[in-house]
Amino acid sequence: MTTLTNDTTVAAGAAEQPAASGLAGATGTLLRLATAGSVDDGKSTLVGRLLYDSKAVLADQLDAVERVSRAKGLGHVDLALLTDGLRAEREQGITIDVAYRYFATGNRTFILADCPGHVQYTRNTVTGSSTADVLVLLVDIRKGVLEQTRRHLAVGQLLRVPTIIVAVNKIDLVDYDEATYERVAAEIAGVAADLGVPNLVTLPTSALVGDNIVDRSERMGWYDGPSLLELLEAAPAASEITELPFRFPVQLALRPQDAAPEFRDYRGYAGQVATGVVAVGDEVVVLPAGRRTRVSGIDTHDGPLDEAFAPQSVTIRLADEIDITRGDLIAAAADAPEPTQDLDGMVAWLAERGLRVGQKVLVKHGTRTVQGIVRDIHGRLDLDTLTPQATETLELNDIGRIRLRLAAPIAADDYTRSRRTGSFLLIDPQSGGTLAAGMVRGETSFSDAATIEPDQTLTWVI
Amino acid sequence: MTTRTLSHLRELESEAIHIIREAVSELERPVLLFSGGKDSVVMLHLAVKAFWPAPVPFPVMHVDTGHNFGEVIAYRDATVERLGLRLVVASVQDYIDDGRLLERADGTRNPLQTQPLLDAIAEHRFDVVFGGGRRDEEKARAKERVVSLRDEFGQWDPRNQRPELWALYNPRHRPGEHVRVFPLSNWTELDVWRYIEAEDIELPNLYYAHDREVFARDGMWLAVGDVTEPREGETVETRRVRYRTVGDMSCTGAVESDAATIADVIAEVAVTRITERGATRADDRLTEAAMEDRKKEGYF
Repeated sequence: MTTLTNDTTVAAGAAEQPAASGLAGATGTLLRLATAGSVDDGKSTLVGRLLYDSKAVLADQLDAVERVSRAKGLGHVDLALLTDGLRAEREQGITIDVAYRYFATGNRTFILADCPGHVQYTRNTVTGSSTADVLVLLVDIRKGVLEQTRRHLAVGQLLRVPTIIVAVNKIDLVDYDEATYERVAAEIAGVAADLGVPNLVTLPTSALVGDNIVDRSERMGWYDGPSLLELLEAAPAASEITELPFRFPVQLALRPQDAAPEFRDYRGYAGQVATGVVAVGDEVVVLPAGRRTRVSGIDTHDGPLDEAFAPQSVTIRLADEIDITRGDLIAAAADAPEPTQDLDGMVAWLAERGLRVGQKVLVKHGTRTVQGIVRDIHGRLDLDTLTPQATETLELNDIGRIRLRLAAPIAADDYTRSRRTGSFLLIDPQSGGTLAAGMVRGETSFSDAATIEPDQTLTWVI
Repeated sequence: MTTRTLSHLRELESEAIHIIREAVSELERPVLLFSGGKDSVVMLHLAVKAFWPAPVPFPVMHVDTGHNFGEVIAYRDATVERLGLRLVVASVQDYIDDGRLLERADGTRNPLQTQPLLDAIAEHRFDVVFGGGRRDEEKARAKERVVSLRDEFGQWDPRNQRPELWALYNPRHRPGEHVRVFPLSNWTELDVWRYIEAEDIELPNLYYAHDREVFARDGMWLAVGDVTEPREGETVETRRVRYRTVGDMSCTGAVESDAATIADVIAEVAVTRITERGATRADDRLTEAAMEDRKKEGYF
């Protein structure tokens, strides 16, 4: 096959992937990033700068920003206006909700979730971080590490964002002073170490002037590292999901009785490969029932495949007739999760009304939704000390640990091992609203790397 | 070490198919908004892929302003026929004829689509409405969720949206409410065109350069037609143009272009300095928040 980029290489001997033909070289791979920061640390300016300098801002958008900047009596073009889309945001000069932006460089396409620091910032940062390959945090160099910075780092680590970049911003306002930068960078590294963050990078920036955003700054002889965009271009995407064991949550069974005659007896299971790789002939187990069988075919509209890998959407056929419905999980037989009705998880509580013991909720894991009851609230994380505290309830923006009893088993992995198959939602059975973001805890501590001294009764760490 | 990585277009395709299958599996009565415009064409193509070898398990709906380009309606009907789909038409003209809606002074019918759309959703009790909206189109759309709740009046409340976590979409809602689902949320205009090229998808031919009688108004080229007569002082001339978006004739402008093939269009879009809506949609120029206001009322 023709590979115009290195990223479309397929195993030698593997079938030609019809899905990849004709698309190589478009704009490479996808990287999802989230940006978060505290009030007024220049995040909207940074995002605006990233879009503007990577030429993702078009002339009519810039005209509009210039017009509004003039109308507000500003002496400069306010790049923050590029990202504030709602009327209330522009009127109040704040950002309310997560906004999604798109830009591309020669070898990568970026989806940016811009998470505001004003209202509901924990909820927004949790949302943005849940899909992010990279979290970019902003810190105002004059203020150093604030409470929000600690919260954002804790959320980034809790959500296991693979790479966290901290831009120490407004370096121009301290005359590009190396000692000030080193002091703030050390402070950040200290919090990150307490939290057990494995991959953290800091760099000095000025979003307003453009230092180290797209191009390397020439005003800091003491910094010879890459710019933010260079870091983003080099950051690993979530491609390691193909190295995890095979997981395939079944979305629906396809039995097309009214399709063309040759498909009258067709029976396939449609879904997206969550993690890993599967090949025709592989032995799999269908959970929670536990029936073993083999993969007899992998189908797409473009033709059959010999193998499929995450995150491809495909349809799988199995060698044996087994009763399979939406919500079942097809997993690698050699390495499958144990179905359970007892769920021990970390949750970020995102609803106005708090969580109490005895409350009934719906739990959505993969494609399976089951009823659950809250058995125990095993503390909430105190974000000042980063240690667990005993509590009766979880309130909006709290991060805590809970135990749920489920009406039917789910087959989940530890979140620390697999973000895709270790995550769940808590849903209000009445309104249908989303209550919480959940992460399955394993047998082991949620983070072995953390160095926090635990409370005497509550010993968990994030 | 074997590397298995999807190109960004195939990752977007896989994500869209996943979204379409999730919404259809979780709820009862889906419908897909199909205008014959490029985004809805791509969305329908993805729906075909999502359920193959089964047929697309839902009808399509067109909100017909009565001011459509003839070739787009012909394309719509041919596509519906080819795929054996059921077509629901919500007609703005019917509403104007019987007085439920009043023609606007500026002749634009785009904002008039909301009422027939919401009535059709209620009448058919649709609980999932697939739309081709993309977040890169417009700044209010940049705040939109993939699965977006509408209350019993069809309203969007941008200040109180559900958090959307991982790939776990939550389309649950109370009776009378519905969700709009946007499988192309993360696609850009260029992604759509590159995908059209990769999949060799046929579009109405007005997306490609052709000679047309046009006149200039508000910095756009409007086609001469039944509903778009030049006013005093506007001269009609024949120009080589194409459409970047396809909508109501009265407010959708053409751009001057020699791009006659998909590859030409991709080259053109890749270097353009103006957004597709900025170039071709009068209705989005009314105010800074024109799209936000329409969306809050229940527009696409």
